[in-house]
Amino acid sequence: MAEKLLVAGVDVGSATAKAVVLDRDGRVRGSSLLPSAPNLSGVGREALNEALAEAGAEAGELAAVAGTGYGRAALDFAALRITEITCHARGASVLFPGTALVVDVGGQDSKAIRMGPSGEVRDFTMNDKCAAGTGRFLAVMAGILGTSLDVLGPAGLRAMKALSMTSTCTVFAESEVISLISQGEAVPDIAHAVHQALAQRLAGMVRMVGADGPAVFSGGGALNPDLVDCLQSLLGLVFQIPERPQLTGALGAAHLALRKAGA
Amino acid sequence: MRVASELRFRWMKDVALPVLLKARERRPRERPRGESPLGPPLESTRSLKRLMTRHYALARYAEGARPVAWVTSGAPVELLRAFGCYTVYPENHAALCGARRMGPEICAHAEEAGFSRDLCSYARVDLGHALSGLTPVGRLPRPDVLFCTNNICQTILYWFKELSHGEGIPLVMLDTPFIASGEGTPEVFDYVAGQIKDAVPALERITGREFREDRFHDVLRSSIRASALWGDVLATMRHRPAPMTVFDAFVHLAPVVSLRGLPSCERYYEGLLAELQERVSRDVAAVPGERHRLMWDNIAIWFALAPLSRLFAEHGWAGVAGTYPNAWAETTHYLDLADPFGSLAKTYTLIFLNRGLDYRLGLMEAMGRDYQADGLVLHSARSCKPYSVGQYDLRQALAQRLGIKSVVLEGDMTDFRTWSEEQAKTRLTAFFESLDG
Repeated sequence: MAEKLLVAGVDVGSATAKAVVLDRDGRVRGSSLLPSAPNLSGVGREALNEALAEAGAEAGELAAVAGTGYGRAALDFAALRITEITCHARGASVLFPGTALVVDVGGQDSKAIRMGPSGEVRDFTMNDKCAAGTGRFLAVMAGILGTSLDVLGPAGLRAMKALSMTSTCTVFAESEVISLISQGEAVPDIAHAVHQALAQRLAGMVRMVGADGPAVFSGGGALNPDLVDCLQSLLGLVFQIPERPQLTGALGAAHLALRKAGA
Repeated sequence: MRVASELRFRWMKDVALPVLLKARERRPRERPRGESPLGPPLESTRSLKRLMTRHYALARYAEGARPVAWVTSGAPVELLRAFGCYTVYPENHAALCGARRMGPEICAHAEEAGFSRDLCSYARVDLGHALSGLTPVGRLPRPDVLFCTNNICQTILYWFKELSHGEGIPLVMLDTPFIASGEGTPEVFDYVAGQIKDAVPALERITGREFREDRFHDVLRSSIRASALWGDVLATMRHRPAPMTVFDAFVHLAPVVSLRGLPSCERYYEGLLAELQERVSRDVAAVPGERHRLMWDNIAIWFALAPLSRLFAEHGWAGVAGTYPNAWAETTHYLDLADPFGSLAKTYTLIFLNRGLDYRLGLMEAMGRDYQADGLVLHSARSCKPYSVGQYDLRQALAQRLGIKSVVLEGDMTDFRTWSEEQAKTRLTAFFESLDG
């Protein structure tokens, strides 16, 4: 029985649902990433089943499941429910031991987390009740520019001209972007200005918690190379990027489930 | 007319209201508590409800029978009581509107009239009430006088001027200079005492009543006692486990804010203190299995008091201290019957909101130690700037001095349009997780 011991972490966010299945040695045996859905419990279970299928395992083999993300309360199959702050911190320190700072840009919120030497959360800050500084902000901007999130990052890297954007409020920024478009500015330049505005907001959050030591960028925002570049140059820091940054929270949750299972 | 009003007031006060309130209480009021993580509720809450309901119910009959004054929470109400004024506290009323989740609805009336959404939401509720008449208490009596002190903020001044202009009501305003550092100078106290003295003839004129020194002394004596009792009530939370929480303190501070100087206020706190002392002697916990103790900074988030109280308790957290409830016990020791005007000046000028951040830091450091707090929640109130500014510096300094972790909650006193329950829950839960390791 002990050899079959598996655990899972399920992270149901506003944009995506993720799951990671680990074996007792903490090796990733399966993972999944799905678009989120209004039925939080359903989409969480679906993500878990997909990760289990990848692991070639069944739900009965799970010793513990930890749920995280804003949909965590709905995950009735999870014995543990832990906030995404704790899970991202744990996930980042599993991937990059010694991590002292995590910046996470998710769909609905963004956060900066400062950690102590053993990966414990020392301080954190999150965006206000507002889409400013979140992945949703980027998605809205990409929509106005008639492009997608995948294209926005690489486009920003090709910027030739520094445009200024004064607002990270999604509503105000939207009208700024529209006026830049009507002035005939190029999409890469506008995309870069959007990233620069978002990075400034994130940098403020990082300074608020204090940054000192190795840093990790997690969440969907980390897939945007121009955003990462902007933040790095603002802070004078180099961020480590997980191979699959969106899974960081689910991975952290799975490791916390592993601790709970006593392995 | 005056006689008729007087008779009606007395009839309501002594005969009708006691009967009505008693009849209401006979109704079954036991609600199933479900699986509450909280300890047994305080018995005194019933008396509190009775006292405050009576206060608001009687208020509407005071019109014409008593001079009615609208007062700010930091004003020397003792002076008004010497004239037999019936007092209404717009801030207390706004808190009540907040707790009943009526904030945004009433604020909207002020916003439609052009008041900014960034303005203090207590002011917006009050001005919105003045414009619409919306209130959960039936009706507030029209004031004969507005009485305010700018020791809690400068907004008060413009807010009360607005009420005064709009309705043509006389305004008596006391200016308390900000004490940026130090303990205040004799010139400052003389200046404030002079204004309080000058208010006497003004109030005589407005109320048509004579200032009675003997009555003034009685009121002061009662005020000193009520504040001291309130201080003792708060001090019971030093005990482990705490017999009540800071969330209870937010609720039970209503009388010391708005009925200070009246015998009913003293009696209320005698009862509450006795109940708490009895709890302490039996180690009755407000949060069973209390694991951590917490200090709260800023005004309550009135509309979220119950869910927050529950969330804390679920994690074994007891809120045991707060700068806001403490404000009504903080400076009353300056009151001195031998020098009523001078000591009132000191008492109301030296409250922490009228002093520099260093003083507040020292106060919070002492409270943190006295109440053995191992965490701090700072409510950054969206529309209360004077209270919220400097909180990031405070948390850093307190982390160094007391070695305690803290979390900032973005909220408001009454306007829940600024509030996201899910986000707040995540922040607090993550904070609790970080303390549990």
